[in-house]
Amino acid sequence: MNLTNRSVAVDRSPMTFSEKIYIPGILKGLKITLSHIFKKPATVRYPEETRPFSPVFRGLHVLNRDEEGREKCTACGLCALACPAEAITMEAAERLPGEEHLYREEKYAAKYEINMLRCIFCGNCEEACPKDAIYLSETIMPANYRRDYFVYKKEDMLITDEQVKAKRLKLQKA
Amino acid sequence: MNIDTFLLVEKTVLILIIILASMGVAAYATWAERKVAAIMQDRVGPSRAGPFGLLQPLADGGKLFFKEEIVPNNSTKWLFMLAPALFIFTSLLTSAIIPWGPDFTIQTADGARSVGLQVADINIGILYFFGVVSVGLYGIMLGGWASNNKFSLLSSIRAASQAISYELALGLSLIALVMLTGTMSLREITAQQHGFWADGYFTWNVFKQPLGFVIFLTCTFAELNRAPFDMAESESELNTGFLLEYSSMKMGMFLFAEYINMFISSAILATLFFGGYNFPWMDQVAQAVPSGLFSLICVVVLMAKIVGFILFFMFIRWTLPRFRFDQVTKLGWLGLIPLALVNMLVTGAVVLFILK
Repeated sequence: MNLTNRSVAVDRSPMTFSEKIYIPGILKGLKITLSHIFKKPATVRYPEETRPFSPVFRGLHVLNRDEEGREKCTACGLCALACPAEAITMEAAERLPGEEHLYREEKYAAKYEINMLRCIFCGNCEEACPKDAIYLSETIMPANYRRDYFVYKKEDMLITDEQVKAKRLKLQKA
Repeated sequence: MNIDTFLLVEKTVLILIIILASMGVAAYATWAERKVAAIMQDRVGPSRAGPFGLLQPLADGGKLFFKEEIVPNNSTKWLFMLAPALFIFTSLLTSAIIPWGPDFTIQTADGARSVGLQVADINIGILYFFGVVSVGLYGIMLGGWASNNKFSLLSSIRAASQAISYELALGLSLIALVMLTGTMSLREITAQQHGFWADGYFTWNVFKQPLGFVIFLTCTFAELNRAPFDMAESESELNTGFLLEYSSMKMGMFLFAEYINMFISSAILATLFFGGYNFPWMDQVAQAVPSGLFSLICVVVLMAKIVGFILFFMFIRWTLPRFRFDQVTKLGWLGLIPLALVNMLVTGAVVLFILK
């Protein structure tokens, strides 16, 4: 039965004279390989140039802040619940008086960890978050020799003031 | 300074230059091989070490020197050490008989003196070449045997039987050439191919012995243990064969010697069949420039031919798949040897009845 129309019957007939002396075959092969001299290499020289990402690429996580630089996350745990790989761990804490400039709501994540070795970058956490606090950025997960490096703490993911300012500048320009 | 010390100095300098040049060419052949492979596979190849990856051979050599040296416990130790040394030694020996360029004259205190660009003009140059090439095989055989590893042993057996079957055809194809030229001295053979066109026909031997050239070229591939005849190495079946137990610079020597072999064999090919250092309109050039410069031009021409052959070897390697072992011996015994015999017969008849 033919599954596709691309199947070719194997030719097991004895070699003809021109096949036996190999030279026509060699010339044919050389023609093919030599034609590759004029082709452009397919290489992307990685650190200097990168391949264009798809607009929906999902990379490393970013914990977002609001316009006043306060953490958006309220440690509700929906992301951890949505995570199919169970990569997210968090501990909630109550906001104390005087910390209003740090956290937007009364409850915040004292500890927020993502194990990047477990994470499958599906983006379910991003979708589950009711506060738009977690995003998947376009940064590729870097490699490392140490296992504990891959457990990302809140400080590793939280967007920095500089990043916020840069983003604001970009928005103003646009 | 008497004339003999001058000869000694002259030859020593020449030997040093040739050995260093062989090493340099071999080092850059590894780079070129990787570049050629890359280009044929639409890749970039070595590009990080220096511009266009030109420092890559240095980096490779440095890496090999710093690697751990492992000598297997059950190996025959001194043979294991001897094999790479023998291999690289014999690969360098062949360069002695190649005429790199025509003689040139220099002025000394004793008057004008002609300096030859050939280490040894022996009248049995071709026989010497055969002898040294056969001894070179011992490097592979001893290496494979001394490793005390079944894959290595298989590989050395393959190398030996392949060399036997192809050296016959190699010799037979050259006998036809020797009959035609009437000499075994490479200097003579090169001199006979002077220029490019004489007496209504090409002077280069490739036009007089096209079949002999094809046979010789094929056998050279087999002698060099290069694809499509890299039976001894065959990394997919024998796991690199005789190289399997070698590490560090011992392996590096083997690989390096193979590239030196390729360089020397290209030189032999160019000398025997492609006119050596001769090129079209060389007489006019010789009249126009001083003799030292003319010799230099000739050396450059020979080098260009050698580089062309090396590139051809590489193109073939990255084009053809490896032959099966039975196909290799079959091609050697049933294809090339009868063909070389016929070629010899026809050449003999032509020399005897037509050329007289």
